[in-house]
Amino acid sequence: MKRQQVKAYAITIFLIYAVWYVLSLLLGSNLLPDPIIVFAQGGREIVHFSFWEHVFASSFRIGVALILAFITAVPLGLILGSHPRVDRLFAPLIYLGYPVPKIVLMPIVFVLFGLGDTSKIVLITLIIFFQLLITTRDAARKISTEVIYSLQSLGGRRWDFYRHVVWPVSLPGIFTSLRIGTGTAVAVLFFVESIGTYRGLGFYIIDAWGRADYPTMFVAIIALSIIGIILYELFDLLERKLCRWKTT
Amino acid sequence: MGSSPELLRVEELTKIFKNGAESKTVLERVSFSLGQKDSLAVVGPSGCGKTTLLLIVAGLIPPTCGSASLDGETVTGPTRKVALVLQHYGLFPWKTVGANILLGAQLQNIQVPREELAGLKRELGIEALDHLYPDQVSGGQRQRVALARALLLRPSLLLLDEPFAAIDALTRERLQDHLITIFRQRGFSFIIVTHNIEEAIFLGRKIIVLNDVKPGVRTLLENPAAGTPGYRNRPEFFQRSLQLRNILEDIE
Repeated sequence: MKRQQVKAYAITIFLIYAVWYVLSLLLGSNLLPDPIIVFAQGGREIVHFSFWEHVFASSFRIGVALILAFITAVPLGLILGSHPRVDRLFAPLIYLGYPVPKIVLMPIVFVLFGLGDTSKIVLITLIIFFQLLITTRDAARKISTEVIYSLQSLGGRRWDFYRHVVWPVSLPGIFTSLRIGTGTAVAVLFFVESIGTYRGLGFYIIDAWGRADYPTMFVAIIALSIIGIILYELFDLLERKLCRWKTT
Repeated sequence: MGSSPELLRVEELTKIFKNGAESKTVLERVSFSLGQKDSLAVVGPSGCGKTTLLLIVAGLIPPTCGSASLDGETVTGPTRKVALVLQHYGLFPWKTVGANILLGAQLQNIQVPREELAGLKRELGIEALDHLYPDQVSGGQRQRVALARALLLRPSLLLLDEPFAAIDALTRERLQDHLITIFRQRGFSFIIVTHNIEEAIFLGRKIIVLNDVKPGVRTLLENPAAGTPGYRNRPEFFQRSLQLRNILEDIE
């Protein structure tokens, strides 16, 4: 991370802290505790192994779901985007499947896959899959005829087309989709962890809320947000490394 | 020119593009031949099929009728004997200049000795650009990168689609001189598509004029002095330019 970026983060964190502090003073309610109380509670929580169990459970679910969505949606999106005929064949399925709010399938997914990690991973994967599929397909569609002719005239074959053209052309769009998907994935993670489980930060938040332990609830909210930020920054870093041509 | 062995023969080439019920004939029964170590300039108004002709010769699109044959073999797809430099150079913005130059050779498993590569880059004045991306270099440099990439394939026939179109007049002349020097040294043939009358006269030993109004009508000019030193300043050059200008004005 560049020094400028660290500075920007520090200023933002300070501003959030300041607004939070002022709001907690104005509200004067336990619902929004003083940030210092929350940080002190955070200090007490992080020394417990159970806290890290929740962090690990959430990280595992979101990480596996993102990986699964990536390895299924990206190749399919690349094929659809670069083959209009195949795209036309699959288009009705995508147009019908994408707008359906997959979260409403949660009861069915829970029945099919149980209440363990699998059902939660499947649900997050299902939601991210369509976002990633559509943005990857649209990115791959942008390939110009000139680029295709250029590769063919150089002796490129079908595999070379994917490797040297479709993949690099689509990569910035894939990373944008992953960054946007991270926000959605964290939101869905919270939702699925708030039902039928005793592990994960979603459960931790709901549990603390139920006990009116607001400082602990905020500690868990911050922990979940940090997972989202880390994933976002990871995709940003990967994009900078793999798409240097976009950033230079 | 006529004495050199034949490299390319284009016979009765016709291309009709169909879009639903509509069809557009862009080339109609075009025939010509090109010898080894020879050059041809293709001129004509926009939409007359110049680029289409190159794409057919490169094996990238099939003709509707007729054929193009290279060394006696009908062109049915891209071949190692032909290299193409597209109008916007066809460089891949996501690859560095160095990777762009080597891509064709890599795809065709051509071993390029380090000295040859360095020599070619030096010759074209692009030796210091390897680590940059195409968007970071000038139009003239991009053009030379595309030329280097094509020349590494050691083609018998180089196809150039308006390669100097977006370049200022002086740089364009320098690049034309460069092309002629390399053409003499390496002994390939080339076909250049251009809108520029002087460019066509300077580079093409043969000049073919395509017509967009009547796709079947074309004119073939012989221009044996093309590319010779000082040709641009000779009366013959101006006469040819005037002759070509008159032909083009008649078409339009």
